[in-house]
Parts: sequence; C-alpha cells; structure tokens
Amino acid sequence: MLANNTAVVIEGVNKHFANTKALRNLSATIQYGQLTGIAGPDGAGKTTLMRILTGLLEPNAGHATVAGFDVVNNNEAIHVVTGYMPQRFGLYEDLTVMENMRLYARLRGMNVAEHTELFAELLEFTRLGPFTERLAGKLSGGMKQKLGLACALMARPKVLLLDEPAVGVDPVSRQDLWRMVQALTDEGMAVVWSTAYLDEAERCDTVLLLNEGQLVFQGPPEELTNRLVGRSFRLENVGAERRAVLAEVLNLPSVSDGVIQGAAVRAVLRKDAQVNELQQLANRVQATIQEVPPRFEDAFIDLLGGGPGGTSALAERLPKVELASNIAVSCKHLTKRFGDFTATNNVSFEVQKGEIFGLLGPNGAGKSTTFKMLCGLMKPTAGEAHVVGLDLRKATGAAKGQLGYMAQKFSLYGLLSVKQNLEFSAGVYGLSGAKQRQRIAEMIKGFALEPWLNSSPDSLPLGFKQRLALACAVMHQPPVLFLDEPTSGVDPITRREFWTHINGLARKGVTIMVTTHFMDEAEYCDRVALLHRSELIALDTPDALKRSAITEQCPDPTMEDAFIYLVEAADLADDLKKQGGV
Amino acid sequence: MTKQSSSFSIVRLRAQFIKEVFSVLRDPRSRMVIFAPPLLQLLIFAFAATLEVSNVELAVYNQDSGRWSQELVMRLDHADFVSNIHYVGKSSDLQRLINEGKVIAGIQVPIDFSRQITAGASGQLQVLIDGRRSNSGQITFGYLSAIVADISAEVQAEQSQITPVVVRHWFNPNLNYRWFIVPGLSGILAFFSALMITSLSIARERELGTFDQLLVSPTSTAEIIISKSLPALAIGTLLGLLMIAAAVFLFQIPFSGSFWLLLISIVLFILSVVGIGLMISAISSTQQQAILGAFAIGVPAVLMSGFATPVENMPMILQALAQAIPLTHFLVIVQGSFLKALTPSDILANVWPLLVIAVVSLTLATLFVRRRLE
Repeated sequence: MLANNTAVVIEGVNKHFANTKALRNLSATIQYGQLTGIAGPDGAGKTTLMRILTGLLEPNAGHATVAGFDVVNNNEAIHVVTGYMPQRFGLYEDLTVMENMRLYARLRGMNVAEHTELFAELLEFTRLGPFTERLAGKLSGGMKQKLGLACALMARPKVLLLDEPAVGVDPVSRQDLWRMVQALTDEGMAVVWSTAYLDEAERCDTVLLLNEGQLVFQGPPEELTNRLVGRSFRLENVGAERRAVLAEVLNLPSVSDGVIQGAAVRAVLRKDAQVNELQQLANRVQATIQEVPPRFEDAFIDLLGGGPGGTSALAERLPKVELASNIAVSCKHLTKRFGDFTATNNVSFEVQKGEIFGLLGPNGAGKSTTFKMLCGLMKPTAGEAHVVGLDLRKATGAAKGQLGYMAQKFSLYGLLSVKQNLEFSAGVYGLSGAKQRQRIAEMIKGFALEPWLNSSPDSLPLGFKQRLALACAVMHQPPVLFLDEPTSGVDPITRREFWTHINGLARKGVTIMVTTHFMDEAEYCDRVALLHRSELIALDTPDALKRSAITEQCPDPTMEDAFIYLVEAADLADDLKKQGGV
Repeated sequence: MTKQSSSFSIVRLRAQFIKEVFSVLRDPRSRMVIFAPPLLQLLIFAFAATLEVSNVELAVYNQDSGRWSQELVMRLDHADFVSNIHYVGKSSDLQRLINEGKVIAGIQVPIDFSRQITAGASGQLQVLIDGRRSNSGQITFGYLSAIVADISAEVQAEQSQITPVVVRHWFNPNLNYRWFIVPGLSGILAFFSALMITSLSIARERELGTFDQLLVSPTSTAEIIISKSLPALAIGTLLGLLMIAAAVFLFQIPFSGSFWLLLISIVLFILSVVGIGLMISAISSTQQQAILGAFAIGVPAVLMSGFATPVENMPMILQALAQAIPLTHFLVIVQGSFLKALTPSDILANVWPLLVIAVVSLTLATLFVRRRLE
C-alpha cells in the first residue's frame, strides 16, 4: 500500500454540454499529502472537472476514480470520502456559524453530541471560535470561506476539493486559507485547489494547468517555470516613461511577453532569442537591465505562444485629452453611511490627468462604495466628488458625459448584436448622425470587431467581449475612465491585451480609475489608494508601498506582501488606540 | 464642453427605445411569453371559467307514486344540467350521497305530493343542498325551483288561467355567460402581460449589470422611464386589441360601443399598468423579486377589480382601494362597450382615474429609480 499514494486517477475524460466541449480527453493523477492546483482561465474546464470528481456530473467518455472508488459506479462512496467546497459554498445565511456546522454534521449522518471535540477542533483551526453565534450571512467573504471549509472537513474526507476558494477573499484571509490547507496536506489529505489566479497555482505542490478543456501541463509549477530561466529580465527605474518603454519592449520581435512592475518593466524573451535587442533598448532609455527569476504566469503565457504586441490600435486613433485643470478626479472628505454603518469614512484624494489610479482593499473595506460615489452611482452622505471639475451631485448629466465606465461583468446587451450595442452606447452618450457612424467605425477598426458585427455579444470569445465592453465605454472619448475589477476571471493573455489598451489610453492623457483584486495589476498603477475598514490607510506609488513593507523577514516584498503588511499594521494601530482610549 | 448636459435628448431616448424593443422582441422566449399564453388563456378560460352549473348528479327519494311525482322525476331526468340521477329507497341514503360528495342535491318527494297538488294545494318537496359547494348549490336550487314552478304552472293551467310573469334580461337576453366573461378576461390578461413585461424590465438590467451602465451615462431617469414605458405600452395595447378582436370575431360577442373610445381607454389603461409595473421593477433588485412583486400586486388587483364579485358588495375602505386599481375602471369600460354601448360621458368618468393612476405611478417609478442612487 505504501507504494500507492495515488488519490485520484483521471483517464481519458471527455465532457461536453450541448456544443461546447468542456473537457477534452483529460488524463491525470492526484497524490495524497499534496496540494494540487487545478489552474486555468474561466471556461478552461476547472469546475467541470471538480464536479466530475465529486460525482455531481457524469463524464461522456473515460472514467475517474477517487480514493479507489469509481465516480460513476460508486457514487455513494464518493460522497463519503470527499469533501467539496463549491465556488459559492452552500451556507445557509439565516443560520449561525454553529447551526451551519451542526446541520452539515447531521447531513453527514453524524451524532452532533458525540462530536463536541471535533467541533472545537474545527473552530480552533478556522479561528471562527469567537463568531459561533453570528449569522453566516453577516460574515465577511474570507470568514464565509473558512466556515465552508470547516463544513467540508466535517466528515474527515480523504480528498478535499476546493473550487476557487480564494475568489472574493482578500490577501489577509487568503493567507489564512493557505495555512489551513498546508496543515491538512501535512496530515496526508489530498487537497485540490482550483484557481484562475496563476500566482496561487505557483504555491501548489503540483499543478494541472487547463486551457480550453485540455491539460496543457501537469507537474510541479517550478518545472514549467524553470523553462523560462535565463529568459526573464527587468528594466529597472524606467520611471515616468515606463508605459512608452513597455510598448516598445512588447513590439520587439525577440520579446514574447512583458508587464509593468511599479517603476520597472518586466520582459520575457522568446525561446532561443538573444537579449541584445532588449539590452540596446535599455541603454537607449538609460535603464539598468537585470535578470530575474521567472514566474508561473509568464510560463503559462509562453506555453500558449506569448502575449499580444504593445501597440493599442484603439489609443492610436484617439485624440489627446485636453483639460482645463490638471486635476481629473478629486474627492474631499467623502463619507457614506448606511444606517449606523459607515462604508466610507472621510476619504480625500486628487488624481492627476493621465494618471492610472488604483483602489485596493480587503472585502468590505469600502472600496466599491467609494468607487460608486466617484462615478455617480451613489450619492455621498457627506463630502464631495468631482470629475473634471464638475460636481457629481449638482451637474450630474454634464459630469457623467465626461466619464466612461466599464463594469466587472461586461454589461452588454445579449439580445442586441455587437453593432447595435455600439449604436446604443453611442446613442445614450448623445452621439448621432455622421459623428456616431465615424466613432463606431473607429471602434470597429481599433478593436478588429468587423467579423462579429452581427453576432450576439454572448457568443463572442472572452477577449472580444472585453474589447466590445471597452469600446462601449470609450466611444464618447471620455477624459476619465472608470474600471470596476475589469479583468476578474479573464485569462492572462486577454488581460495583457486589455492593459496594452489602458496604457495606450493613459499615454493619450485619459485618466484611469481602477479597482482590482489582482496584486500584479496594481503594479500598472501610478498610485494606489489602499482602503481598510472604510478608511484610506495608504496612498502612494506601488514601489513606495512595497518599500514601506520591508522587514527583516521580508527584504523584497511583493505587492501582496505590502498589502498584508499595511492592513495588519493598521489593525495593530487601531487596537493600540482602543487600548489607550480605555 | 459638449451639449450633452441637457436633461432631455431625443438621440439618447431613441437609442434606448431601440434597445428596449429589441430586448423584448429578439428573445424568442419572451416573445412566446408575451403573446402566446394570454391568447391561449383567453380561449381556455372562456370555456372553463363559467358560473353556469352543468353535469350535476342528483339523488331522488320518491315516496309518492302519483302522477305529479312521476312528472317531476321525468323532467329532472331530461333537464340539460343533470347528468345522472340516483334513485334511493331511504332518506339516510340521500344524506350519505351528499356527504360523499356524489350528488350536489337530494330531493325527497313526500308520500302525499301528488294528492296535495291534485287537491289544489301547493305540493311540498324537501331539497337537501350541499352547502360546501354553496354557489353551485344555490344555482342548482334555482334550476330545481324553475322546474317545480313549471309543473305547478301546468297544474294551474289545467285548473284555471293565470298568466305567469315573464322575465326579460336586458343587454344579454339569453344570459350567455361568455358574453360577460370574455371582455373582462381580455382586460385581465392584458393587465397581467403588461405588468410582467414592465416589472421585469429594470430588474433584468440590474441583474445583468447594464443598469449601472445606464446610470453612469448622461441619460436622465425620466428618459429611462419613458424609453421603458413606450415599447411595453405598444405591446400591451396590441395584445388588448387582439383579444378584443377575438371576442368580436371568434366568440361573436356583440360590440355595441365606440371602438375609438375603447382604443383610447386601452392605451390609458395599459399606461397606468406600465407605471405600476415599473414601480415594482424600480424597487426590485432581482427578476425573482420583481415576479413576486407583480403577483403580490396583480392577484389582489384582479380579485378586487369587480370581475368576480361586484365592487359595491365590498366594505367601504376596500371600495376606495379598488378605485386605485386600473382594472376596476377598465372592466366597466370594456364590458359596457361590448354589451350596452356605454355613453362617452360614462367612459370619461372611468378614463380620468386611469390617467391619474398612470401619472402618479410613472412619477413614483422615476423617483424610486432616482432614490436607489442615494
């Protein structure tokens, strides 16, 4: 038995829904005592695979065994040996934490009275002990996930399947989840963690990387990452010109992928390409070039054949933005209260013309409330918000004409064709006649939408959907663009392309306001505002935020490290203040 | 600065109007839901929802063997509304059959029934009615009384000559129940369709996230409400007309009023329903809430509209509430237009409340959308 440490065997599994192929001939194994990541963008087949492994879906072809039981023939046994936490865990929001746990114990056929020890252990493990009487619906996103985990662990499963457990969970809670999963695998449990975030996958022991229903890689993440050793470089201190430099870097034939990291530009060379071109460019812009360790995400993009070029065909066509004032967006003492709950407390800042400004914060920190007040979707209780000098409360119509807005879920009309969506957006922004036709033609050219004009947005590939949403948001050439988590669930290549457009727009003087959960996306920002417990706790450039988080244990913090450090420091200061006050 | 700052723009309105029309008509499912079920329901309900009693079973305990009791049983047996008669030998069987729900009424003919009649006195019958089905029971009793009255008329005719009272029903001489129910149904079904389309419209956009997109654009709340009202108004009016046409041509119900006055009434009626629907939609966050809201308003509205029970029979406070229901006024107009050629002044008396309801509800819907921004 010692030799056989295999928890899950997947052999030639195929699954299709109507005419979409969710999984294509997938074969893989998952071991006990390891954290296995199932990684890939939305629509890659992660959830389908998870549901097959838990016996909730039957494969069309092939078979799978979990802990020795066939998922189809031994369906009952599967439910006993696995713990499953779906994307939105089925917590009963009107029951308390304790009542939810009891319910799940009873559903598993356990006698609640006999398991007080197990309950105590789970509460200790998830650190939910102090909250047993709180309604599940009143928990934060992170705490809900922890309660979900506690319920999934109730029957001591041999295989634990977590479907995107870190979605909507802030970095602080995410760290907690990692700690718990680590402890479980140390005990010998097989834990499967699916994710669309490739930096999460990088932390797993082994990864199944999916793309469009196919397994493109299986093995420890380092194995894939190591293929890029000697091909990852960083141009340090590029400073104010970094967006222009990135565009140039991406347009080099020898470069396959690149991103902005604070004041630096990171580039990945194509296979067997020489560093000369990059070196010449670095010399010209007087930047130092440095080889850096490769990342898993870079390796994934490389596997798929590299990222997009650096020129935004859209931004090229737009005129430069001229504003009377250099301040594009500002807010003073912005406050929003719901009853006796303060969602945003006394937030003030100014955003320069052409700046990319990021709003970050844990869940429930007041980030989206602040964002909504800035773009006029919500009225502040106190304080004021201005867009290009116009008060959003007094001159709403005029101020709204000056901003573009793109929501998380690409708010497009599925029953209208692509062309009609463009016409609608032009129309609600008051564009008509020849002007409307000219702007729409610009968008179609800039985003290569021509072949899709008569299709429904719902049938578009994700990348084109995003292009269309962006086209609808910038058609009226707004000087300020609001992006609300614009790239969640989007594959890294589409995300690169999106930022190419955003960088292009910023270079034309468009001011960008963005909220994001991707820490590496925060690196694209000129400045980042960090909100926590309804207050602004930090506002600086990404590099300065990272510098402020340097400690002995962590000499080279990432953006995520900095985020956790600043949030915890703010909590500590709060606690001290409270103790001092008493 | 562009000239987008004005609070009303035809360009913006037109863009939204086109969007709304496509949203309703492009979706094969919503197209089906809007037109097919109401027309189907009109056909089904017109046959099913009738207050006439037919196909009933009776029990008879006949103790008399004389001529008149034979005559009575014969007539019962041949009556159109009776499907089967159970003959029983003791009165406890009558009770049992009623208890078991097998018959709606039991008739006990006393031993001296024929003798009494022949003697010139009025014959006495005992009729037991199932009170659990009080409405049908009452109607059955009415039918039975008519049969008995017929018999006594015959008896008296043989003995003397008395002219019986002749009843004439105005406007609906044959008391054809369908004549009364179909025009009302067309109102109710148009009411529900318009309520559904509009109550889903804002909620659907909220779910999709497109409503935020609209709210950040320079378009004003009034424009949003207007652009959502017009297509629903057009569809609701069309549907109303289709059903009126079905009533006239399919059910052959005489239409004696003015078509143009009815058309104006339909437009105002649908407009007031659209206002109520948009009000529901403006306060709902999801389509599920909107549907629940539409039913919570729609069902009591139909019950109190005077379709099933006359408004005048309700307590005063509910009568006042019934005036706020568009259907109450429209039912008066549509039933009047069909059967009794309602005069323009009578129509006007019911049209202005519709206009008031429309203005109030549309204003409130606009305010509700605006308040959600707070």
